[in-house]
Amino acid sequence: MPDAILEERKGSIARKDGPGAGAAPVSCGKASVSGAVSQRACVFCGARVVLNPITDAFHLIHGPIGCASYTWDIRGSLASESELFRNSYSTDLTERDVVFGGLERLRAAVREIHLTHAPKLLFIYSTCLVGIIGDDVDSVCREAESLYGMRVINVKAPGFAGHKAMGYRLACEAIMKVISRRPAGSDRSPIPMAINVLGDYNLAGEAWIIENYFREMGVRVLTTFTGDSTYEKLMGSARASLNVVQCAGSMAYLARSMEETFGIPWVRVSFFGLADTANSLTKVADLLGDDGARQRAAALCQREIASASAGIEPYLPLLRGKKAAIFVGGGFKAISLMRQFRELGMGTVLVGTQTGTAEDYEVIEALSDPGTVILDDANPSELEAFMREKGADVLVGGVKERPLAFKLGVAFCDHNHERKAPLAGFSGAVNFTREINLSINSPVWGALRQRASLFDALPGQAGPAGPA
Amino acid sequence: MLDQTPKEIAERKALRINPLKTCQPVGALYAALGVRRCMPHSHGSQGCVSYHRTFLTRHFKEPAVASSSSFTEGASVFGGGANLRSSVKNIFDLYDPDIIAVHTTCLSETIGDDLNAYILEMEIPDDKLVVHCNTPSYVGSHVTGHANMVAGFIKYLADKRAPKNDRIGVFPGFVNPGDIRELKRLLGLMGLPFIMLPDQTGVLDGPMTGVYEMYPDGGTTIDEIRALGGARMALALGEFASTEPALALKTKCGVDSKVMPLPFGVAMTDSFLMALSEISGNPVPRELEEERGRLVDLMLDANPYFYDRSCAIFGDPDTVLGLASLALELGLRPRFLVTGTPGEAFEKRGSALLGSHGALGGARVRAAGDLFELHQWIKNEPVDLLIGTSYGKQLAKAENVPFVRAGFPILDRYGHAYQPLIGYEGAIKLAIKIADAIMDRMDRDCADEDLELVM
Repeated sequence: MPDAILEERKGSIARKDGPGAGAAPVSCGKASVSGAVSQRACVFCGARVVLNPITDAFHLIHGPIGCASYTWDIRGSLASESELFRNSYSTDLTERDVVFGGLERLRAAVREIHLTHAPKLLFIYSTCLVGIIGDDVDSVCREAESLYGMRVINVKAPGFAGHKAMGYRLACEAIMKVISRRPAGSDRSPIPMAINVLGDYNLAGEAWIIENYFREMGVRVLTTFTGDSTYEKLMGSARASLNVVQCAGSMAYLARSMEETFGIPWVRVSFFGLADTANSLTKVADLLGDDGARQRAAALCQREIASASAGIEPYLPLLRGKKAAIFVGGGFKAISLMRQFRELGMGTVLVGTQTGTAEDYEVIEALSDPGTVILDDANPSELEAFMREKGADVLVGGVKERPLAFKLGVAFCDHNHERKAPLAGFSGAVNFTREINLSINSPVWGALRQRASLFDALPGQAGPAGPA
Repeated sequence: MLDQTPKEIAERKALRINPLKTCQPVGALYAALGVRRCMPHSHGSQGCVSYHRTFLTRHFKEPAVASSSSFTEGASVFGGGANLRSSVKNIFDLYDPDIIAVHTTCLSETIGDDLNAYILEMEIPDDKLVVHCNTPSYVGSHVTGHANMVAGFIKYLADKRAPKNDRIGVFPGFVNPGDIRELKRLLGLMGLPFIMLPDQTGVLDGPMTGVYEMYPDGGTTIDEIRALGGARMALALGEFASTEPALALKTKCGVDSKVMPLPFGVAMTDSFLMALSEISGNPVPRELEEERGRLVDLMLDANPYFYDRSCAIFGDPDTVLGLASLALELGLRPRFLVTGTPGEAFEKRGSALLGSHGALGGARVRAAGDLFELHQWIKNEPVDLLIGTSYGKQLAKAENVPFVRAGFPILDRYGHAYQPLIGYEGAIKLAIKIADAIMDRMDRDCADEDLELVM
């Protein structure tokens, strides 16, 4: 174990078949240690990222400006119609509001929203400060609903109330509040061959790719939660015959709630990697119990796998034997990525998540090669120490990890908000391979290695780095 | 499609749409990264520091390391003293910085955590330091936070018994490492020894070596901050970002400061160099005279493309005032100057600047404004050029306006943190960018027969 590990963090780090093998799964879901340089975000962040892609909803951040500013148009979710959700709306609370309460300003802001945009759905996110000064936001919601005839949902998301996963849950509760209030007398019968896709945020248009697969299978997607969704689409979601859950970390709770409330069964799927995508489509056809869908899925998978494999094949010799490190938000994505690297002939030497569950970590451990390091809520020192120790060639992570990887001379692939090409589905697997390759085999690493011949003779200079 | 902004301007008293500021703590964090072997520490929920680090990383394309007190519900009820104590212990044990720079958040400010008392009472290893500043997120902006953190370092560390020395203090304001590098070059050319606080060069524009350093080779040293107490004087650049540090240095050590605008463009760089010349007794060297000459030559050559074109400029107050001064010198006609940072001083300074060039008529200068409002103004009075941060890109696309990126943050282009905007060199680069933006647009939009090879 590297030196730079806090005693309190040791329970969050495991090694497959290594020292401490067979120990309890990584102790996850704990609050971050005070003073740690955690990569983890807060309750508000969790709620905001899940709800943000509802494109025609108004997202009003009730608090000082920071929380609104940091979450302004950073989601990478694509929309087919309204771009409203890409603006930033807040009450921008000032000192006076802190002293006298922020309700007056909130009320006025809601009124201004109604007058200029008259949206059907408004989310009010109460941040840390509001949690402390105790504004009765619920009363404003009730009042606004009756005055303006729009749905107004209070998302009580003070950052101190837990970590990001708690925010996911709040977002799911907010969605349930919206979709549970169905108009009296509306048709509530399940629509055969109709599903919802949960936990897809349409980053780089991924939800559209998946929806196209389903359409070809004869399966109708009522809505995606929440990528490119609208109020109308959400309101129709309760009539699905099946809920298909892609990002379970954020959406398993919603799936369970919809099962309890509307009786919709659900299944976990993953559309990352060829095998997982094919298995997921087949599974959905099976669960819908439709032979036609099954046959169409089989034909689709066969065709797409052939085409994607041909796209991936030229890269295989360039990637074989390389070592990957994974640090992502949810456990299920980490699992898919491990499988995907295996498809590419690569090994995974480090797996970390921000919000993985005990079950996720069990699967991760089962899938791991001996010696693989498994981390919950890692910090940069740990990532650095273990990537160095394991000689990782590429890191898959989010925005904060990119420069860290580069500084270490390790290649990088963004599998978070800042992905620029769709990474889901069969075509996404080709894009993923291309991205891994372009980073691992970038000519820039050559320039970095070249440095050694110029400067290594000088004392105090570090040696060459970069993927070999 | 991106354009959801109505042309009709309705009165808005409470709703902030598309802000041109963010909260104090991120400014404090940025300032603290400009002190050598310093760990910035956010005393609040863990989400704050996660956002701040991400925000800085998106602008600088560099790691931005900082720690958090990671408030829980309990800390929010009973106070964050215990969290801060264990944070400080953990940070020194694990990350071994020389100094921890704590800033507060809306959360810890509102529950009334007394950082002075916490720090006085806590155990700090002998050779280590803990300093703090108050950065309530509901006051001012990220620029205020930067000013408060720099002032915080001075209040804790500047030593009034420090031996009198021949250096001057320089507070560079809220600028990029590229600007600070340029400031240092100018100070060097003028033969003036200095102490720069903060100094993010080498930290947030660190070179690629294949080795990750948690504390990169850069930043003002603690000894330098102490020695500020014996400095001849200080130059506080950027009224909004640097007045607070100047006041702190006067109060703590009796050292006087001269508050000046950021040296953007010809006139402001002239006064900056004049000040350096007066302080040092050295003449402005030939090298800088030539640089100035190249700038003026370029301005004259490209003048037909600048002259009388209207523009809108938005961003941080000191930067917008500097950009506006350069724009006026180029012959552009600034119609709208907007900052999100509150403070009437911006409106006064901006109006005075426009007035001094006879460009005030009908122009609007707005503090505590937002991008939505600017967009509405531009819809009602289109401009020929937009200058500002990345947040302007949707507006620029919606209104089909040539767009030059300058300021903080630049999230969607590379290399901006390297490029100075200040000094004659910065002005040359900016003038070229502005001319390129205007002329590229002319080439793109003109009829085939009007496309000129020589312009």
